[in-house]
Amino acid sequence: MASIFQGVGAATSLSSSTSIDTKKFHFCSRRSRSERKASFVVVRSGGAKVENRIGGRAEQLVTNAVAAKADTPTAATVSKPGHELLLFEALREGLEEEMERDARVCVMGEDVGHYGGSYKVTRGLAEKYGDLRVLDTPIAENSFTGMGIGAAMMGLRPIIEGMNMGFLLLAFNQISNNCGMLHYTSGGQFKIPVVIRGPGGVGRQLGAEHSQRLESYFQSIPGIQMVACSTPYNAKGLMKAAIRSDNPVILFEHVLLYNLKERIPDEEYVLNLEEAEMVRPGEHVTILTYSRMRYHVMQAAKTLVNKGYDPEVIDIRSLKPFDLYTIGNSIKKTHRVLIVEECMRTGGIGASLTAAITENFHDYLDAPIVCLSSQDVPTPYAGTLEEWTVVQPPQIVAAVEQLCR
Amino acid sequence: MWKHLPLWKLLSTVELSTSITKSKAIFSSALNFDYSKPHYIKFFSSGLYFIILFLFLFFSDPSPNLTFQSLQQPKTTTDAMALARRSSGLLKPLSTASSSSLLQRRPFSTDDTTTITVETSVPFTGHNCDPPSRSVDTTPKELMTFFTDMAFMRRMEIAADSLYKSKLIRGFCHLYDGQEAVSIGMEAAITKKDCIITAYRDHCIFLGRGGTLLESFAELMGRQAGCSRGKGGSMHFYKKDACFFGGHGIVGAQVPLGCGLAFAQKYRKEDHVTFTMYGDGAANQGQLFEALNMAALWDLPAILVCENNHYGMGTAEWRAAKSPAYYKRGDYVPGLKVDGMDAFAVKQACKFAKEHALKNGPIILEMDTYRYHGHSMSDPGSTYRTRDEISGVRQERDPIERIRKLIFAHDLATEKELKDIEKQARKEVDEAIAQAKESPMPDESELFTNVYRKGYGVESFGTDRKELRATLP
Repeated sequence: MASIFQGVGAATSLSSSTSIDTKKFHFCSRRSRSERKASFVVVRSGGAKVENRIGGRAEQLVTNAVAAKADTPTAATVSKPGHELLLFEALREGLEEEMERDARVCVMGEDVGHYGGSYKVTRGLAEKYGDLRVLDTPIAENSFTGMGIGAAMMGLRPIIEGMNMGFLLLAFNQISNNCGMLHYTSGGQFKIPVVIRGPGGVGRQLGAEHSQRLESYFQSIPGIQMVACSTPYNAKGLMKAAIRSDNPVILFEHVLLYNLKERIPDEEYVLNLEEAEMVRPGEHVTILTYSRMRYHVMQAAKTLVNKGYDPEVIDIRSLKPFDLYTIGNSIKKTHRVLIVEECMRTGGIGASLTAAITENFHDYLDAPIVCLSSQDVPTPYAGTLEEWTVVQPPQIVAAVEQLCR
Repeated sequence: MWKHLPLWKLLSTVELSTSITKSKAIFSSALNFDYSKPHYIKFFSSGLYFIILFLFLFFSDPSPNLTFQSLQQPKTTTDAMALARRSSGLLKPLSTASSSSLLQRRPFSTDDTTTITVETSVPFTGHNCDPPSRSVDTTPKELMTFFTDMAFMRRMEIAADSLYKSKLIRGFCHLYDGQEAVSIGMEAAITKKDCIITAYRDHCIFLGRGGTLLESFAELMGRQAGCSRGKGGSMHFYKKDACFFGGHGIVGAQVPLGCGLAFAQKYRKEDHVTFTMYGDGAANQGQLFEALNMAALWDLPAILVCENNHYGMGTAEWRAAKSPAYYKRGDYVPGLKVDGMDAFAVKQACKFAKEHALKNGPIILEMDTYRYHGHSMSDPGSTYRTRDEISGVRQERDPIERIRKLIFAHDLATEKELKDIEKQARKEVDEAIAQAKESPMPDESELFTNVYRKGYGVESFGTDRKELRATLP
């Protein structure tokens, strides 16, 4: 596990400068994902916005950052714009910028204030903004989530932190009925611009109750959006987009990704909540993944490249709704899909994604969709058992080999 | 000799019985008397006192709210006249003569200046606080408004009952008749900037907040003209511009929301409060105590109002709660027990609570009220309580009757005028129903509207995603 992060860290530290056309887009930066791998040249069409296929997207969005594949490896450039930080610091930066920008943004959660956040995401904010804006709540998830939603009905923009996503199961009623459905049942009178965020996923031997993946439970609630961040860059961008969005957004972070280091731009940027990220373009197979599994996939991709395969890796980021545009284009190119996720097999994100792809892109598939997910078991405590619960890179390699036969 | 006997002496029962027999004799003699004789008036006026006394004692209201205090304010003769009007036609010539004078001196609904002091039926009981006084100031205009508004509410609920039975309203329909005083009294004490949030028994509260009958009926029938565009239904009435936040189906879930509203009011330093209403059934929910703890911790201007109608769906309160003193359940949070069938008690309590909440933080109000219908339309309401109980409460504690008696006591309107108001209510309700029936059902495209708000590329579409189904606002 540590090797993956080091590998990633190494890749990111070699990132070259982006061709940011700051003159044209003051707020957005176009950033190529290809910087993760030193072998790619940064290519970006000069400031031209990707054609707005939906119609009417906001100006300051960073739309799909497509990287072109280069043949020759480039040396890392000397000048390194931007600053380096860890993922939780990136989240904090995004949070702080939004709180600075809009006085209605407030944070509420357990230990977010004086303690600074159990994962240090809100460190220093209570001293800066006061106890009311960064509110330490008692351990009462159901009611402080409800309080956040009530405050949102009155015009505030609260960010509700669950110390662990699993605790938000206690607030399921509030999230499902009041958060997701109020805009609809009131005929559009009330908007609920909350952000519900917290770490989830399988950690390091945290036990069954603290290793839950709630995206599968929340995914069918109508009216909410779900995003999962995986790098400091998209963590900050998605946090800002989630806060600015007028819809309730659930931002899934991962316990093991908080210490990822990456260089992110100095300029302000906001990402599109509904967009998937092309991590590595390829030709042979489309691998769809999100959150921590992205790193497992990238590690497997190294092995696959050595074996001669060319996987296209897409970090879907938006768990609800799926970015079927990017995914569809990829499938039309490669005709094979592998989904790698950390959710349970039954009723997980992968299951929905499989259904969505089959419904929409069935004709383009050469092989059945393979979905690698965690086992349908409570996460055991023992380290070896825990490893077997989640998908490991060798399994991914084997699946791709099977698929591409 | 009778006319020299002072009235107060006759109030003692011993003399009363003798006087009654004497008055009866006089009465009978007056009946048999030959009216052609000129001196019948002399006998008549002397016997009048006893007749009137007899009638007064016989027809006087046993209910405790009409205390002597409130009745003694008008002159006894006019009071007697009013009562005498109900009696035999003997006094007809006198009554027609006096009624014209009464019309001249009676203050009607437009009078806002005279203050009438009304006493609440029972004193308030406080927990950790000093209860407010029993005397409530009101004006004739307010009394008439109370009557009119409550008549409209009552009529609306009865009409909803019949609409449900004719299958125009489907699903769940929870009716508020019997509890109107809570809504009316609360509205009289607060402004439209103070927030109200309640559970599913929300039709009348919506009306009290300024909602129209058309919006209510259209929403109940699922039409486009409804307050939630037909997409909410009976349990999801909202009115944002009047700070009415609904309308919630899950029992108790609105209490944390209400504390959130209070939090936002405190955050924005507004001088307003939030009334979070729930029932005696919801009072046992854990999230209520969680929210109360937070509200007390941060001094949020939240007023928790427990509408205790003594039955949580089909379970009586003593079977569901170990401690049915809901106003005491807050422990460190002060509480007040209020007679919820008395609109003036509710008004006084809400005024008191608003002042308290703005200064000291949350307070619990327990409104002792009653619902005549069952929990919802599918519940007959008689399997867990007796019909005698329901009719008993209706006779003795009905909020509209109470206001009616007060109106008569203060001579603000005649019976006919009140009946006219009720007829007007009926008419307007029928008109609203007819108009609501004409309103169309929501369009198919409305299925996907209001799921999301626009921004950041969000679309709203059906599951097959092949087509953009709705444009976001």
